[in-house]
Amino acid sequence: MLSLATVSAGYGSFQALFGVSLEVSRGEAVGVIGPNGAGKTTLMRVISGILPMRQGAMTLEGHSIGGMPAHRVVEQGIAHVPENRRLFPRLSVEENLRVGAFIPSARARFSERLDWVYDLFPRLKDRRNQLAGTMSGGEQQMCAIARALMSKPKVLLMDEPSAGLAPLVVAQVFELVRKIRAEGLTVLIVEQNVQQVLEVVDRAYLLEVGAIKLSGTATELKGNSFIRESYMGL
Amino acid sequence: MDIYLVEAIINGILLGGVLALLALGLNLIFGVMDVVWICYADIVMCGMYAIYFLYVQYGVPLPLTFVIAIVGVSGLGVLVHLLIIAPVLDSPPLNQLLATGGLLFFLQSFATLMFGTDFRNIGVRLPVLEIAGMYVSFARLIAFAVGLIGAVALYFFLKRTYVGTAIRAIAQDREIVALMGIDQRRVYIVVSAIGGALAGLAACLLALQYDVHPFIGNTFGPVIFIICVLGGLGNMIGGFIAAFVISQIIAIGGYYGSTELSYVFAFTFFIILMLIRPRGLFAP
Repeated sequence: MLSLATVSAGYGSFQALFGVSLEVSRGEAVGVIGPNGAGKTTLMRVISGILPMRQGAMTLEGHSIGGMPAHRVVEQGIAHVPENRRLFPRLSVEENLRVGAFIPSARARFSERLDWVYDLFPRLKDRRNQLAGTMSGGEQQMCAIARALMSKPKVLLMDEPSAGLAPLVVAQVFELVRKIRAEGLTVLIVEQNVQQVLEVVDRAYLLEVGAIKLSGTATELKGNSFIRESYMGL
Repeated sequence: MDIYLVEAIINGILLGGVLALLALGLNLIFGVMDVVWICYADIVMCGMYAIYFLYVQYGVPLPLTFVIAIVGVSGLGVLVHLLIIAPVLDSPPLNQLLATGGLLFFLQSFATLMFGTDFRNIGVRLPVLEIAGMYVSFARLIAFAVGLIGAVALYFFLKRTYVGTAIRAIAQDREIVALMGIDQRRVYIVVSAIGGALAGLAACLLALQYDVHPFIGNTFGPVIFIICVLGGLGNMIGGFIAAFVISQIIAIGGYYGSTELSYVFAFTFFIILMLIRPRGLFAP
């Protein structure tokens, strides 16, 4: 469904990604793991179009999305939950969701989407009129995911959804990821929390210094001695 | 209480309406683009000249003149954005200030060159109302009412529509809105058009009360600017309230001293307040 072929990207004279290729099939949940500074966030930014790709090819359902500006990528069906959530803190929860439904196809079915998202995250319905910036970290992550879901994406990109959250809340966030998967969405998730992410994804890629080092099913990677030693501390 | 003081207070409130409208426009633009249009009052001046020439020279009916002025100045706002602001959007604030400041001098010099330094009046004399022995200018009353209607309309636009919500969102996080399918460049153009339209509306209201000349922007430009800073730059509601605070100081100062002195009072108040509350009246 989503396919990257030898994609390179960077900032100024600094190259962050070197010929990354990856594949996500319909209905699949795929993880990208790796250390800090490996280029995981850059990868997400390139897919959603915030950062232009320098080389390579990117397609969604066979249509090229390489070089497309971010606001058009959303219309193609890719929604990105950014690192650190990046909610609009002085807008209410529901206003955040309304911004998430900005594209014409989502506006037309706003109330339907809103009901769906509130069904998925009842907590947000209770907090609909609260300013997003005043909620707890876990609730904010919930709101950030809901905002992305408002556009009715085919593929959901999640960048470090567990970052900066208390361990108990982290478990809840991964529970949300399971819930979203159950809705049939295709998910690409970037995480440093290797142990937990391998529990919710089908397959994963290991990204190190901007290149894919390893890939395999979650079960394979959980058994891989290099991953166990370097990333799971086992 | 002295009846003349009451009259001054009422006139102060009425003056606040137009100032609030301009403060909203300037704040809207600053909140979204992080650029202060130092030349904002001079854009209003362009609108006033347009009204003068259309109505007095070409005999266009006044209501139509007003519509043309609002639409025209709105277009001028878009041009200012595309030609002057857009290229320096990512430049240091000082460069942006020089760019919009440069436009201020350009507009003033251009108007002087084209129209001379004559004071021109559209010659519409609206009645002065007498209420309980106090005199209230009907033009000011209209300006106040329209200013208030404009502010309320802007509020509902920002609060209730998708584009309005997007404008508030972009003011909080410029980069990330693209992930929601919002094209920032288009929002900037919409915001510049609204800012221009508010300036055009203010031009209509001011043309009913004041003569237009190339330097009219200097008389209220600095006042609008201190109102915005006082209310907290980018804070729409703060600016709205600050407009009435400053207009009241000007009105009451004018009653106790003179018109010229009233501005001294306003700026003194501003300077002292900046020392006590550098981030504005309403900063947390």
